[in-house]
Amino acid sequence: MLLSVVANRVAMALLTLAGVAVIVFILLRVVPGDPVAMMISPGAGPADIAALKAHYGLDASIPVQFWIWIKGVVTGDFGTSITLHLPVTEVLASRLPATLELAFLALLVAVVLGGAIAVAGTLMRRTFGETIIDSLNSIMLAVPDFIWALALVLLFAVAIPILPLTGRIDPDLAEGFTTRFYLIESILTGRFAVAGDILSHMIMPTLALALPLAAVIVRLLKQSLKEAMLQDYVLLARIKGFRELRLVLQEALRNAVGPTLALTGVQFTFLIGGTVIVERIFAYPGIGNLAIDAVINRDFPLIQGLVLLFGLIFILVNIGTDLTVAALNPRLRHA
Amino acid sequence: MEHWSPTSTTSSAPAEPKPPSTARRLLGDPKVVVAGGFILLLIVLAVFAPLIAPQDPLAQNLLAATLPPIGFPDAEAGFLLGTDGLGRDVLSRVIFGARISLTVAFVAAGLACLIGSLLGLLAGFLRGWVDALISRLVDVWMAFPPVLLSILLVAILGTGVHSVIAAIVVIDWTRFCRVVRTETMGQAQMDYVVAARTIGFSRRAILFREILPNVMPVLIALLTLEMGIAVVVEAILSFVGLSVSSDTPTWGGMIAEGRQIVHEAWWVLGAPLAALFATVVAFNQLGDGLARSLDPVLRR
Repeated sequence: MLLSVVANRVAMALLTLAGVAVIVFILLRVVPGDPVAMMISPGAGPADIAALKAHYGLDASIPVQFWIWIKGVVTGDFGTSITLHLPVTEVLASRLPATLELAFLALLVAVVLGGAIAVAGTLMRRTFGETIIDSLNSIMLAVPDFIWALALVLLFAVAIPILPLTGRIDPDLAEGFTTRFYLIESILTGRFAVAGDILSHMIMPTLALALPLAAVIVRLLKQSLKEAMLQDYVLLARIKGFRELRLVLQEALRNAVGPTLALTGVQFTFLIGGTVIVERIFAYPGIGNLAIDAVINRDFPLIQGLVLLFGLIFILVNIGTDLTVAALNPRLRHA
Repeated sequence: MEHWSPTSTTSSAPAEPKPPSTARRLLGDPKVVVAGGFILLLIVLAVFAPLIAPQDPLAQNLLAATLPPIGFPDAEAGFLLGTDGLGRDVLSRVIFGARISLTVAFVAAGLACLIGSLLGLLAGFLRGWVDALISRLVDVWMAFPPVLLSILLVAILGTGVHSVIAAIVVIDWTRFCRVVRTETMGQAQMDYVVAARTIGFSRRAILFREILPNVMPVLIALLTLEMGIAVVVEAILSFVGLSVSSDTPTWGGMIAEGRQIVHEAWWVLGAPLAALFATVVAFNQLGDGLARSLDPVLRR
């Protein structure tokens, strides 16, 4: 049952992705301004421009260009980046790990932080502490990652200058890696000094991405916990003499976590979208930062590859969320 | 003293006090008053910027570059929030920057609201293939990271306020469409709609005279929230260098400059960032307060 639902969703998602690909492909080509115009030197004549266009295959008609591109995509060839002169797949493969590490670390921080604050707020029900949490959180909910990132820059650049402001790793340490997952690899191979350096680079971008999500988690989870704490099974456990913390963690949390989990999945896609601007602010070498450069330079093959990659990530996150929610909720498992 | 009459007994019955008017309820909500007051102040600053700003926001003076705000050593009178790398007055630039931010907030959010809610009303009321088509469109739209999409759109449309507004409308109409569709579907089931149908109201009359007023509270709150989002999107696009040309002061443009010289002159980043923060929080709190005060269910 569940399998057919997932298969249906995957088919739908792939269809959506195909539609997005077509729209972006055509839009990029029908509007004025092309990558060749961006790179020619002022003295270039029409012959030079035509030669360059032919070199990048931009002289063919749009349907022909699309046919060539889509034939390549099916075989895993996304073309060659016009500005970087490298295969698009190679560029994406070298940049994606940085973004994945950042996004998942931010998700982890958001869930832990948001969960802890929600539980603390539930334990402080009807006290001044809860009022403080609620009013702070209502402001936090309004603040997007862009503002957090720059506020952190201000804080750590001026007030407490202890963190590196840009990059992913100290260039002197970025050697001897076999994969591009620097953080995971350095931890697994026991190079903790290197891992520490990477983490010090990741603290600010991670917090900027995690804090808005944490605020959303706090609001919803706290509301669900509040309702769960009024249920009979919590009352029963209380009569049995369980302590308050155990009531919240063992009894209420398990039943309250469902809606929060579903929402976290949706919000995680927003977080991934947020990497675009946050990576830019911290000059972090991921696909988000790459995307802004690709768009500004009109690097068609790279933009197309990035759009498909972002779309694919969104789809995978959505399916992953659905499966996790279903796995944790026995009522949905058979739906 | 008291003239007894049947009407006075019924009207002064203790069980049913007359509910306060909407305006009174809004003014009684500190959130709405403070946030709304701030937005009003911002509008006044933006409209009368040439009269209020202490300096010309474009006047460069390299001899007075990166002066700190008043109260710090080396500050100079006349530059309350200091100067930037080209010696331009930061306070005046923040005041003029509010013009672009608010223009984008009102125009972009208004247009997105208009288009999104119209499609949402139609989808929720007509159902059938109209609903299927619109909902599918919304799904395709949402499969995109909004920041990437907005940068892509502005790169395609070319830089400038018009492109920024167009990008926000093209991306964010879905927010209104989804909520209004759900809300309309709920309202269409209500007895008053069935009654209006029975009386023989036309479909257009039912949709715009009966359902729309009841969807309005949600719409107004959503519109206010969207204005906060639009201000941030404009700032992001200016930050990346895709909004208006650099000789018009914008908060995002100032933030980008300030980010470069944050070690030498933190106030060039701090001042516009504080303005952006306050504006976003104000729109958000106002939207929250409006939703609470206008929603007949939440109101209780």
